[in-house]
Amino acid sequence: MSEKKQQVTRRQFLNYTLTGVGGFMAAGMLIPMLRMAVDPVLQESGAGDMVNVGLSVDDITDEPQRVDWNVEQVDGWHESEVNQTAWVFTDENGDIQAFSPICTHLGCFVSWEGSDDHPNEFFCPCHDGRYYKDGTNVPGTPPLAPLDVYEHEVRDGMLFLGQAKSRGEA
Amino acid sequence: MLQKIYDWIDDRVDITPIWRDIADHEVPEHVNPAHHFSAFVYCFGGLTFFVVVIQILSGMFLTMYYVPDIENAWRSVHYLQTEVAHGQIVRGMHHWGASVVVVMLLLHTLRVFFQGAYKKPRELNWMVGVLLFFVILGLGFTGYLLPWDNKAFFATQVGLEIAQQVPFIGEELKTLLAGDPNIVGAQTLTRFFAIHVFFLPAALFALLAVHFILIRRQGISGPL
Repeated sequence: MSEKKQQVTRRQFLNYTLTGVGGFMAAGMLIPMLRMAVDPVLQESGAGDMVNVGLSVDDITDEPQRVDWNVEQVDGWHESEVNQTAWVFTDENGDIQAFSPICTHLGCFVSWEGSDDHPNEFFCPCHDGRYYKDGTNVPGTPPLAPLDVYEHEVRDGMLFLGQAKSRGEA
Repeated sequence: MLQKIYDWIDDRVDITPIWRDIADHEVPEHVNPAHHFSAFVYCFGGLTFFVVVIQILSGMFLTMYYVPDIENAWRSVHYLQTEVAHGQIVRGMHHWGASVVVVMLLLHTLRVFFQGAYKKPRELNWMVGVLLFFVILGLGFTGYLLPWDNKAFFATQVGLEIAQQVPFIGEELKTLLAGDPNIVGAQTLTRFFAIHVFFLPAALFALLAVHFILIRRQGISGPL
């Protein structure tokens, strides 16, 4: 072996090889573990099925009414029935609106005309949070964002609701 | 008898220098409360470690009864708290100890800060200490959910919403912690249990080892 042409020494070659093989072995061990840990993040968000909430479109008025329905909630291996609520009405254009009753301040339950002092508004009893009829928060009250809006759909004259989304994404 | 066992082992593996190196050190006068009573401030680090040891031991025993499952978590805690002899004491130690660790940790941090003991060459140990602080807070946060009562559930809900506020990766971070983008449920509880009982303690042990080795290498900072 001529010394001049030898660009990689035996020692270096062994070091590289062992580091490489060791790296592959470590990666082979760690990748399945990490992939398992991040699985919930990478899972397709199950595009929420629309659920019949048992309200005929003919019964929707311009006065917000409370609608309760159940959805099948799948939490990994645990399945349960979860109650959901929406405030449903038609706006001045005749379009159906379905608002989430969850206060965007700290998550309490918002009611239509929940306070006698504030007619024609949604009201949250926890910190006197208020929203106009179109769901936007009244400036100067605790909530900093409008009420979330449910995706809705009308099939065969019945109201179907999907997932509540904040107005930013909706 | 014990001496004989010790000699027999020492004869073969020469353990005397090992424990001497770990345990046989003179306490400098300025950190000895027997000389200057005000030196008690130097005890907070050791007290933090002492309470951490209590947390580890009591936690190990709690897992003999605890089940990280949403159907049974609360019931198992209720059972060990009400039916098991001394269960109330052991869970009490873990429950109150969690707060005591944070208090001692803060006192230790304040001492190091106001004495300027973090200055060169000890900056690295200050950084390790800050990481330890985060690990302890993480242990407190994840442990809070485990009893699976209303307080635990909603505190975690709030904590996860805080995590969600992190710029750019907030949503993913929340999902990674909770195991589901929308639900605080079965997967959240198992995740928090795993983080509380395996991941964070592993990080804690590693960081504590570095923390203590650095103290040994650099010695305690001199008197003010």
